[in-house]
Amino acid sequence: MGRMLWALLLLAALAPAARAGAAAGGADVAHFTLANGLEMVVVPDHRTPVVTHMVWYKVGAADETSGKSGLAHFLEHLMFKGTAKNPEGKFSQTVATLGGQENAFTTLDYTAYFQRIAKEHLEEMMAFEADRMTGLVLTEANVVPELKVVLEEYNMRVGNSPDARLGEQISAALYLNSPYGRPVIGWRGEIEKLTRDDALAFYRRFYTPNNAVVVIAGDVTADEVKALAAKTYAKVPRVAETNPRLRPHEPPPVALRTVMLADPRVAQPSLQRSYLVPSYATSSKDAEALEVLAHILGTGSTSRLYRALVVDQRIANNAGGFYQGSSLDETRFGVYAIPQPGIPFKTCEDAIDEVIADVIKNGVTADELERAKTRMIADAVYAQDNQAALARWYGTALTTGSTVEDVQAWPDRIRAVSAEAVQAAARTWLDRRRSVTGYLVKELPQEKHS
Amino acid sequence: MMASMPKFFTGALIGASLLIAPAVASATTIERVTSPGGIEIWLVREPTVPLIAMDFAFRGGTTQDPADKPGVASLVAATIDEGSGDLPSRAFHERLESKAIELSFSATRDYFSGSLRTLVENKDEAFELMRTSLIAPRLDASDVERIRSETLGILRRDTMNPDELAMQRWWQVAFPGHPYARPVRGTLESVPAITVDDMRGFIHDVFARDTLKIGIVGNIDGATAGALVDKVFGGLPAHAKLRAVPTADPQGLGRVVNVDLDVPQSVMVLGGAGIPRKDPDFMAAFLVNHILGGGTLSSRLYKEVRETRGLAYSVYSMLVPLDSTSLFMTATATRNEAAQQTLDVVDKEIQRLAEKGPTADELAKAKSYQKGSFPLRFDTSTKIATQLVLMQVEDLGIDYIDKRNALIDAVTLADAQRAAKRMLDGGMLVAMVGRPQPALAKSDTKTEAKADTKTEIKAKTEIKTEAKAETPGTGAGTNGVPAMLPARSR
Repeated sequence: MGRMLWALLLLAALAPAARAGAAAGGADVAHFTLANGLEMVVVPDHRTPVVTHMVWYKVGAADETSGKSGLAHFLEHLMFKGTAKNPEGKFSQTVATLGGQENAFTTLDYTAYFQRIAKEHLEEMMAFEADRMTGLVLTEANVVPELKVVLEEYNMRVGNSPDARLGEQISAALYLNSPYGRPVIGWRGEIEKLTRDDALAFYRRFYTPNNAVVVIAGDVTADEVKALAAKTYAKVPRVAETNPRLRPHEPPPVALRTVMLADPRVAQPSLQRSYLVPSYATSSKDAEALEVLAHILGTGSTSRLYRALVVDQRIANNAGGFYQGSSLDETRFGVYAIPQPGIPFKTCEDAIDEVIADVIKNGVTADELERAKTRMIADAVYAQDNQAALARWYGTALTTGSTVEDVQAWPDRIRAVSAEAVQAAARTWLDRRRSVTGYLVKELPQEKHS
Repeated sequence: MMASMPKFFTGALIGASLLIAPAVASATTIERVTSPGGIEIWLVREPTVPLIAMDFAFRGGTTQDPADKPGVASLVAATIDEGSGDLPSRAFHERLESKAIELSFSATRDYFSGSLRTLVENKDEAFELMRTSLIAPRLDASDVERIRSETLGILRRDTMNPDELAMQRWWQVAFPGHPYARPVRGTLESVPAITVDDMRGFIHDVFARDTLKIGIVGNIDGATAGALVDKVFGGLPAHAKLRAVPTADPQGLGRVVNVDLDVPQSVMVLGGAGIPRKDPDFMAAFLVNHILGGGTLSSRLYKEVRETRGLAYSVYSMLVPLDSTSLFMTATATRNEAAQQTLDVVDKEIQRLAEKGPTADELAKAKSYQKGSFPLRFDTSTKIATQLVLMQVEDLGIDYIDKRNALIDAVTLADAQRAAKRMLDGGMLVAMVGRPQPALAKSDTKTEAKADTKTEIKAKTEIKTEAKAETPGTGAGTNGVPAMLPARSR
């Protein structure tokens, strides 16, 4: 456990993102669309009398207008400020009194709200969410303190964390044209200027049933949900038309880029590199191969990177890689290393390049391919044990360009990935010209004046 | 994908391991199984998912570290899954991976825990790998050195992590000379000195059948579970050899200790004496904590600190009942300029609750929450396994699930007022990390410099009305939250 925690911390620090959302699982999944355009997914799990109720909006930080970074996330906070029908605090107080849990989160591509609660309260939750889908009321009195809360969140996540500050710089350098270069929480100078009017305009543009997906996992059936939806969500008017989510595209990357961030609070230098690569939405074949490649290269202590840098060469305290496949536009493949004290970045970077070059030249072994697939496919089985995780997978998929069928076919597709496909993915996508390498240091190297 | 930003954030760094564990799900039936070898297992059969989850705990966590070598328990936890029996590290991990078996260990202050998750079809192999990890860990020099190096790297990072610094400083000042003062993962000085003999000594003394608590959940019957458990644990010594850990009350209440760190946001952890798990007022205290800063968006601290004033993103309180002390803790983080104001607001809320107690309406809602929310702790096999061990460790009885609602209902307003007074009126120790401005506290402030970059300002302060709160803090994990962290609120 100790080590899992470390891995978690590292992941959190170096790869601020969850593993790609694709997954499978859940028997008898139902998927239907209401007349107002709201999509619904029901994932039955009858083991415990609880439900996970999630509303996903197909809008995230990448949909913000330039100059208004942080707006999607700010609005997410403001969605708890009440409606005409349910004034501020009523929804949360109700959830609390009923013993439910609630929260919300925002990413580049989606914004989601959820409650986990005893199943008999599902209708009430659906009624509350349906109400705030179009009924939000904001006043200066509740917007102003909430902006301060968001700035404290910024302090906590970014201001107090050198790793997060470097992460922002890498993203900004990786994406030359796509809004993915923008931090989800926003650039501080722009967050500070966000207003009530900004939030309401954004809300009216994107919060409408035809731009949302409701996922309900737990002790319910599709028929029960349909009946409850008729009384709640079905009554929400369509208030805006949605447009195809076409963001500015990345030009083909041509230059190797590096960024170096110095912060006196860095006690442990680290390096990470992100490559611009396809996502499940832009090319699912590539995504599946990249997913397997990421596992072989960078997941756990049997991975190529960990073996080479940490175990064999003993130049790093940790090393690994990851792929964030659930993304509407081109996404990233990451590798990282934490050098041992006294080991220069270059030594680690050369070792990483050597590992990648070896996969490009010689491919992966049948044994490691098999192990990776077994492990990945088992995740889909383990997911059946966790209704909240299943709900998240479906929600993520449906808001990032994938379908219910894609989720369910995922294990078979992973099983079908060949060693050649993994090798080809490495050759095609892990080209340094597609990448940004970031270095986190305590202080910048001395300038040499000649 | 991508960094995701939960609206609320709750950390859980608090050093306590086994925090509060009430909760129960009516739909969950627990069987008490005694293995042929005499080992007790709490079992929940779950036939619909093809997996098995097992959690277990031995009494004796980091309190069993040698006094001059904190970090042994944690190093053991991180290393015994690095190969065992005939399988060196790499072969061991490849075996786990090829069968998708998840096996892990952890050490907290009072317990050494393990957990196992496997597909039913691989159960024999999974339990066998767990057995050899406990009975015959290799602890090969190369693996120990690798994990040690990794640990030192984490400890170096921690020297600049405000949450970690706040917690460490709090425990250090609150429990001088007590094992609880020692950092769970050890220190930059102690970890290099730990030997394999130290690790084997820990294993020998702590891994034993008499303190073992086991929970198993999954598609498995009692007879099969009993046989597997005998195989895994039957070879352990019958009795643990534990160092006695004296009971202790937190010290330094009323003080503010400050660790200087150049960050924009000050992290504060407040803590004082709580109410022991076995105390008749425990449930009342538990409800009082919920009202003050428990996990909902309606707590007093949430409203006053966050919603009304916008002072913090994360603010909450918790009970931390440990084996040798019981604590009440609160944590929050705010921009440096607002540190004093935030402390004042937190303090005022604690005072107000201590003096007047909760309202009848608040108490009713807290009860309703606690009764309604418990099934949520039982909706995955791994969560159930964790609960089964917690209920045993806290000695709540196998019928606790059925008794819990009555225990909650029995708490009267007078009980809550009494518990609030007892718990919240005793003063608290505040550990603050950051660069609060104006420099906190208004009493005698002396500065001592420490070896590295941090400077401590010890301020003996009566936080205004003289602190009275015991709130648990947690440092929110500033490192960024893994995207899908199910954040509680606050």
